[in-house]
Amino acid sequence: MTDADLAHRLQAAAHRRQTRQAIRRAGQLVPEGTISGNALVAVVAIMSFLACLTLGAVTLVRDASRDWQSDILREITIQVRPTEGVDLAAEAERAATIASQAPGVASAEVLDDKANARLLEPWLGTGLDLADLPIPRLIVVHLGDPSGVDLAALENRLRTQVHGATLDDHRSWTSRLQTMANATVLVGVAILVLVFVATVLSVIFATRGAMTSNRDVVSVLHFVGAEDGYIAREFQRHFLLLGLKGGLAGAGAACLLFALISFVIGPSVGGADGDQFTALFGRFSIGPVGYFGALAIAFLIAVMTAVTSRLTVYGYLADTD
Amino acid sequence: MIRFDNVGLRYGTGPEILRDINFEVGPKSFQFLTGPSGAGKTSLIRLFFLSLKPSRGLITVFGRDAATLSRNDLPEVRRRIGVVFQDFRLLDHLTTFENIALPLRVLGQEETSYRADVIELLRWVGLGDRMHAFPPVLSGGEKQRAAIARALIGKPEILLADEPTGNVDPPLARRLMRLFVELNRLGTSVVIATHDINLMNQFNARRLVLEEGRLTVYD
Repeated sequence: MTDADLAHRLQAAAHRRQTRQAIRRAGQLVPEGTISGNALVAVVAIMSFLACLTLGAVTLVRDASRDWQSDILREITIQVRPTEGVDLAAEAERAATIASQAPGVASAEVLDDKANARLLEPWLGTGLDLADLPIPRLIVVHLGDPSGVDLAALENRLRTQVHGATLDDHRSWTSRLQTMANATVLVGVAILVLVFVATVLSVIFATRGAMTSNRDVVSVLHFVGAEDGYIAREFQRHFLLLGLKGGLAGAGAACLLFALISFVIGPSVGGADGDQFTALFGRFSIGPVGYFGALAIAFLIAVMTAVTSRLTVYGYLADTD
Repeated sequence: MIRFDNVGLRYGTGPEILRDINFEVGPKSFQFLTGPSGAGKTSLIRLFFLSLKPSRGLITVFGRDAATLSRNDLPEVRRRIGVVFQDFRLLDHLTTFENIALPLRVLGQEETSYRADVIELLRWVGLGDRMHAFPPVLSGGEKQRAAIARALIGKPEILLADEPTGNVDPPLARRLMRLFVELNRLGTSVVIATHDINLMNQFNARRLVLEEGRLTVYD
């Protein structure tokens, strides 16, 4: 390449740059440099990230709680305590028969000695002979239609017909789980509200700062006959773009984190500790609701940013009139 | 078109800087507003285009009492008044073309609809080759002409010019004055605030003389 070619290319590049600048400037009555754009994008991105994390956590807890409740509601337990002079195994079988005949019950299964030993293993160790101990027998009852089961009638029949039988329908557990899940969702909603309020306040401060920096521009626009709505739209356009940038960056980061966590934690769920983890949090999968929710939060924050800046401009113009 | 009746103005609790101002700017009229520095010319101009509210008295703008105009009415009234400020008030981040087109742009008009008019006006004021320049690189005279062009582009019924020849040499000042006279001949009422006696002597026009806050009209 000759020097002349190089000079020609550099000139052409400079011309293209100038043209691009002219095109960019042509649409902007409010100069970009007068708005603390990067700082606001960072604040909005952080807020959006926190909002998406909160939404993800709430979704996770809500889904896990729904799974727990669904599992627990579909299973009840009958316990038959040993009574002097009574054949425990026969009583347990009778209880299982009574339970399986009840309407809405899918199956009733007496836990055998091996299953009982496994349940007690953490406390009593291995190689246990259950025959030596007065261990109650458990009957696991699976419900086909939880709403169709008359638990009171079943409990009454068991009490009158089987020695030492009691029915545990896990209602107290369900109610505690529901309370805890609801509380978590409420806390999540409160955090979301706080994050949105903080975003709105940040945008108000940024808009007021931008209005102050552009006082001359606003004054010129006024005396050439611009309406408040026109001026507000000019500022709103800037802030909508900033809000979109920040919102999408925050939501994108949150989605990446969700994907990363499910990738890292997902495979380990099959391990020894995994059962407890799965029991608590399911598969730690945020699911489409979480991802779409994150996207919705990004757009909601962008719209909030634009609307807040518009209202702030109207307020500012009314104050400075 | 604009009428002042017993208008007084004070800033805050200070003394009254304009007192008992009575005059009318009629259609197609041409007048100079003059007086020593600090006599209140700029304040009077600001009252004209409703940037200030009088402390007392009545200002009637295009047949409407200015005190009864709502905030939403102001843009429509201001579009009928072109203003040239002493300090030009051009927007530094817009080109000369964009500055001049501003009054049409805020009306929501597309650039294609006004481009030819703006370019023609730029040529008329001698800025045809400076339309892509930004105000910081324009000379005082060029800024002055750009400010005048911006005031004229919306075809206002009244043109208010605050010291429009204050930053230019005498030949350019005479050229600008001829531009105002031509504009007046085409039907626009013109009010020019100046303290240049020589300039005023070159034109046989009505004079509004402001002294110590009081206005005397010499027809």
